Amino acid sequence: METSSQSENQELEPLHSHFETLEQQRDAATLGMWVFLGTEVLFFGVIFMGYIYVRWSYPLVVEEASRHLELVLGTINTAVLLTSSFFVAAAVLLAGNGRRHAASWLVIIAALMGVAFLVIKGTEYHAVIKEGFFPGYSATLEKVSVPGGGYYGALSQGGGPVPGRAELFFWLYFVMTGIHALHVLIGVSLLTWVALFLRRRPTFSQNAVANVGLYWHFVDLVWVFLFPMLYLAGHRPL
Amino acid sequence: MNKHPTISLLAVVWGLLMILLTGTVIVARYDFGDLSLYVALGFAIGKALLIIFFFMHVRYQARQVLLFAGAAYLWLMILIVGTLQDYTSRNWIKAQDKRGSVKIKLPHQEER
Repeated sequence: METSSQSENQELEPLHSHFETLEQQRDAATLGMWVFLGTEVLFFGVIFMGYIYVRWSYPLVVEEASRHLELVLGTINTAVLLTSSFFVAAAVLLAGNGRRHAASWLVIIAALMGVAFLVIKGTEYHAVIKEGFFPGYSATLEKVSVPGGGYYGALSQGGGPVPGRAELFFWLYFVMTGIHALHVLIGVSLLTWVALFLRRRPTFSQNAVANVGLYWHFVDLVWVFLFPMLYLAGHRPL
Repeated sequence: MNKHPTISLLAVVWGLLMILLTGTVIVARYDFGDLSLYVALGFAIGKALLIIFFFMHVRYQARQVLLFAGAAYLWLMILIVGTLQDYTSRNWIKAQDKRGSVKIKLPHQEER
């Protein structure tokens, strides 16, 4: 991960007593982070399975309901997260080379992009809730219409020409993007912490920078799958 | 093992990610029927692999990191395949139900 000589690393990374070498210490930190990310995969995996079941059971409902999400905002948000991931990856490289000041700026930019993501997400939630798609008693899903008549209404209103299941899709939308937004919020906090210690502390842990970077990339990775699952489920002709 | 990507390589990866993002949004304008899902997933997997191997350094790490990342994927597949083998095979009973040999009430499944 880093190119600087061993002696330079020594200044950056204190060697803890239970490790023989810095390399061993770093490998342990990286592997530990990946074990944690493995648990995160399963945390998101369960809700992904829920989505797969709903889409498999009611493909037309999912396709039609997804066309009511804000594709432009979703696309911008994907670009924002991918770009912030690039800045974090670059910051990890710079920090590894001991260029902590430059690295801290890149981390700050990435954190601000994380905040921008949350603001755009909030705008989008506002639009979707205003349309009446928030699941619950007040949900109005007549707009999610079906070719051939009828609409996919709320679960509680079933019994029309087509049983109503659109509410399930919006429930998944809010839960999936909600827990993802929580992860973004945690990621922004971690990036702020990294930026602070890159700037303030006389020594800093490269492993901490690299692991926060891994966390941020993972948050990005989850969104890379959420985006097509939620926004692109139904094709959108011009 | 101590190799690492350069900033210019990361910038190239970022460019590829943007191309894939644009591609997936443009392609979503067209209806490929049942294939649409796999087309969208193909773009997503392409982006995911770029992020995992370059941004997350799996390409430059010790093999056991790849093993652990792969294990996370494997367990996710066990979760999905195991659950789906239940749900998809319920239709087999439904088909039997139509012939009138078995009477089991099943959850509704929309016809495509």
